[in-house]
Amino acid sequence: MTFQEFIFWFFATVLVFAALRVITARNPVHAALFLVLAFCTSAGIWIQLEAEFLGIALILVYVGAVMVLFLFVVMMLDINLTRLREGFWSYLPVGAVVALLLVVEMALVLAGPWFGLAEAPRPEPAPEGYSNTKELGRLLYTDYVYPFELAAVILLVAIVAAIALTLRRRKHGKYIDPAQQVSVRREDRVRMVSMPAEKKEGGS
Amino acid sequence: MEYITPLWPAYPELFLLVMACVILIADLFISDDNRIVTYGLTQATLAGCALLTFFTGNAEPVYTFSGMFVDDLMADALKLLTCIAVITILVYARAYTVARGMFRGEFFALALFATLGMMVMISANHLLTLYLGLELLSLSLYAMVALQRDSVKATEAAMKYFILGALASGMLLYGMSMLYGATGTLEITRLAQLSLEGVRAQAVLVFALVFIVAGLGFKLGAVPFHMWVPDVYQGAPTAVTLFIGSAPKFAAFAIVMRLLAQALGADALFEEWRQMLLIMAVLSLAIGNLTAIMQTNLKRMLAYSTISHMGFLLLGVLSGTIDGYGAGMFYVVVYVLMTLGAFGVILLLTRGGFEAEDLDDYRGLNQRSPWYAFLMLLLMFSMAGIPPTVGFYAKLSVLQAVVQVGLWWVAVIAVMFSLIGAFYYLRIVKLMYFDEPRDNAPVRAGGDVRALLSANGLAVIVLGIAPQPLMVLCIEAVRASI
Repeated sequence: MTFQEFIFWFFATVLVFAALRVITARNPVHAALFLVLAFCTSAGIWIQLEAEFLGIALILVYVGAVMVLFLFVVMMLDINLTRLREGFWSYLPVGAVVALLLVVEMALVLAGPWFGLAEAPRPEPAPEGYSNTKELGRLLYTDYVYPFELAAVILLVAIVAAIALTLRRRKHGKYIDPAQQVSVRREDRVRMVSMPAEKKEGGS
Repeated sequence: MEYITPLWPAYPELFLLVMACVILIADLFISDDNRIVTYGLTQATLAGCALLTFFTGNAEPVYTFSGMFVDDLMADALKLLTCIAVITILVYARAYTVARGMFRGEFFALALFATLGMMVMISANHLLTLYLGLELLSLSLYAMVALQRDSVKATEAAMKYFILGALASGMLLYGMSMLYGATGTLEITRLAQLSLEGVRAQAVLVFALVFIVAGLGFKLGAVPFHMWVPDVYQGAPTAVTLFIGSAPKFAAFAIVMRLLAQALGADALFEEWRQMLLIMAVLSLAIGNLTAIMQTNLKRMLAYSTISHMGFLLLGVLSGTIDGYGAGMFYVVVYVLMTLGAFGVILLLTRGGFEAEDLDDYRGLNQRSPWYAFLMLLLMFSMAGIPPTVGFYAKLSVLQAVVQVGLWWVAVIAVMFSLIGAFYYLRIVKLMYFDEPRDNAPVRAGGDVRALLSANGLAVIVLGIAPQPLMVLCIEAVRASI
């Protein structure tokens, strides 16, 4: 086993273990942390595949930004675990049988002769001075400009949807509109009432 | 610049995107009382988009964006129909959304982005754009279902839709990645040319195919991937149900054609996916029609009826001939027409706080409003496939295509289940004409809804008497594109 292969198997084993723990961990915070581990190990595998930029982007964006945010949300939300687990055992037999069938069938194909190393020969190593980042940038803005823009539109929809679903204008809020406050006139606030003066009771 | 030339085939999409952003911003400056301006702008955008599609249409396929975008006859026809369908949806939905506080800028912006997603899917010539279009459509739809935040039912429906939709997307992507691993390309025209010789092993392709078909099955709502359909149809606000149930089916048909008939249409693979579609189609016909009988909720009943219609659509596709594909496209057009009409009547009968979604709400509709009862009768006859409505012709042409390729037994099964299905459509007719009404609230509608709904109902019978022009268009569109 060469050193490279050792690194691959190491990352692959940790990745599978972490991914399994994500769905089996009882504590949601632990599950999120295992997801971080899964991201880090898959970033390692990507770097080994000479996709350095993507590997680093995975760590920076997903681990650095998305998962941190996610951890905050998980910690703040009070998730009722017992309610989530309700019905788990009654659905387990059917689910397990289906999952087992799927895994066996997939294993039969994936372990067959079609996915061996001979079928996927090692690509030519990149020439000297080749920049993964530059090449990705060039492709994104030339051949892939259409899907790139579409991804931007999807993000826009996500923003619109998130705001539409969460923004709530309270009808009885204590919010004060400064513009209205400034333009207040005396007549709006004070009402002069002219009343006939009361006559003093005579004699006292 | 050579990467985006020619740009003109994408003018409708570009126009739609720019206008959606303009409307999103303009809506901020419009007060709640003048929300009708946003509505008018949205309708004008869709009409402009339809006109642009019509005038940039051409018979020969044109490729652009480095081969990721295709503009052919099928794309033009389906995009035009999508725009018209969305315009109709928004007209029908106006009173309903106003009464329920959903008549807001976000609703229109999401509807426009969903339309953009459909158009991207229809014009996709690359699996990546196809997937992005699908996500654009799905994300907008999830948000639209959940737009009524205070409704527990709608939130639950949105949640189910979101989780199962994400699962389906995952399956589709896994299949696509396998396809890429086996062939080294994601471009549909190049996949079609590869045939099987340059490909390492057919087993990998079939493996990819299984996941792609499963993903498509989810998106179409075909059995056994149908469990989300009834819950989402029932839980979503009726205006959104109308949206989910109608226009996206054009896009779904387009991606089925592009993925299966075009990219994976090689003979050896065709035999594989035909088997899968056959199972899905027969199960959809059986479970859709049998379960619909037991429903007392009209929206839920129409959901199961959709499942059985998808079965018929798959029958057209799995025949694998140009006639079969044309019949499939004809079926989709007719299905959308009927769905628009049926949900249009449901929306018409709703009032503030009253949903008109139980079958009992339709008792004695004839006494309340003979004309709308008659329109509903036409639509139900068409869904059941009774001549001379167009539903009969749509079913007939699909069955013809299936019989032509020697699948007699499938045609017999389809007819049997259509007969069973006729029961629950005719039950509505019986309720409307032979029962006493439960409430006598007058049926009120604006002039636009009245005119459009009447045209929609009458189109079912006009197209049934003269289906030939539409049929020719469908067959020509498919012939020019495959």
